[in-house]
Amino acid sequence: MRSEMTEENKNETERPRRSWGFLLYLPAVAKGLYNTLLHILKLKGHKTFTVQYPEKRPEVRPGFRGEHRLKIDELGREKCVACLMCQTVCPSNCIDIVAEEAPWEDRDKRPRIFQIDMLRCIYCGMCEEACPCDAIELTEKLYTVSTSRAEMIYDKEKLLSN
Amino acid sequence: MNDNLQDFLMGAVRAAAIFGGIMTLAPMLVMAERRICAAIQNRVGPNRVGPMGLLQPLADVIKLLFKEEIIPDRADRTLFSLAPLLAFAPAAISFVAIPVGRDLQVADLNVGVLYVLAITSLGVYGISFGGWASNSKYSLLGGIRSSAQIISYEIAMGLAIVSVLMISGNVHLGSIVEWQAENGWIIFYQPLAFIIFLVAAFAENNRLPFDMAECESELVGGFHTEYTGMKFGMFFLGEYIAMVVMSALLVTLFLGGWDPVFFELPEGAGGTAISVLCFTVKLLAVLFLYIWVRWTLPRFRYDQLMKLGWKAFVPLALLNIVLTGIVVSLLTGTG
Repeated sequence: MRSEMTEENKNETERPRRSWGFLLYLPAVAKGLYNTLLHILKLKGHKTFTVQYPEKRPEVRPGFRGEHRLKIDELGREKCVACLMCQTVCPSNCIDIVAEEAPWEDRDKRPRIFQIDMLRCIYCGMCEEACPCDAIELTEKLYTVSTSRAEMIYDKEKLLSN
Repeated sequence: MNDNLQDFLMGAVRAAAIFGGIMTLAPMLVMAERRICAAIQNRVGPNRVGPMGLLQPLADVIKLLFKEEIIPDRADRTLFSLAPLLAFAPAAISFVAIPVGRDLQVADLNVGVLYVLAITSLGVYGISFGGWASNSKYSLLGGIRSSAQIISYEIAMGLAIVSVLMISGNVHLGSIVEWQAENGWIIFYQPLAFIIFLVAAFAENNRLPFDMAECESELVGGFHTEYTGMKFGMFFLGEYIAMVVMSALLVTLFLGGWDPVFFELPEGAGGTAISVLCFTVKLLAVLFLYIWVRWTLPRFRYDQLMKLGWKAFVPLALLNIVLTGIVVSLLTGTG
């Protein structure tokens, strides 16, 4: 029994028979060199994928979720009515709204402070989904850059002008 | 001015020119390597420093010069500092015997082949010493592997060269090239010896697919794991110069050296200039092959490497010598 087992194992681990052509390695080497030559010469659909960053920017696809923007209506007022839906739904708690009474007839409230902490935001787009007035949306702006943490907290003016 | 002094001065000028040439070629080679590997991997490679990134090697050297030199705690300090020099110097001085143009070489040695072979094999001391002196297991393994590998492949390489010498009937490198200019390149007479020499040259220089001495995925950096700054730079430079020397030897022995093939060289300085140009073009072609192969093939396993060296190349080279001997003696009617 035991010897049978080892016999079986031996058969399993036996090295595959290789032809002399294979063992010379040379055909495979030539094939590989041909392949890399195609890459060097950029033939057969090979091309360089690198984006030369500062001069060229990567293409942003439609639907990309970048920085937020607060929308403005026809009369130049912010659309937001400070209902706090986005603040409630936000999974990373990055939206901070303080409401005040609106001076206009058609709504009760407007935001006095509307801050988004861009360092916390995960760009999930839930605020955009939750908004009943279609007042907030995610733009295709890709580069959220600043030199301090304070600058990364976007206020109402910044978001309106985004 | 007496003749001795004139000879000495001429020799000094030639030495300076050729040494300067290979010292310029080595950094450009690093650059070429990075650009070609980038092209193979569908990348761009360094293109920011200077026009088309051509000043990148200069930036690298400046960076290396300003890096902190670290010598490991229990390293053998003397050997540790000596090793990069031992890797660099033999590679640089073995170039003197190679005819880079018609009657143009630093030293016209009548045993040129033997000289180049003898000096290039000294390079392994630098690698082994570096591996030993670092007091690190990775370095030591790299050094040991490198010496084992170079010893194995040196034999195959020497035997491949023997068959070249049998055909050309000379060990003087200039005469071998002249023989090829008259009778055609030796690669057409000795394709097997050419392949053996080429592969052995890769192994001698610790280039992929035989870079057992460095072997990043297994040995961190191999023999230069512990090296920093310009000491590392010297190893690096030595490796590339050794590559240039091996390619030059390959061109001289198999690819007709400075022979332009399609036309007769005119007499005088113009002909010499053309011959240097021809040699350079062939040299660059072989160096391109080196780089091309490096970024194509995976590394051999250590036992496969040894098996290939001892069980395939040495017997094949010996067989080649026997066959060459028989053919040569039949053709010349001697023996």
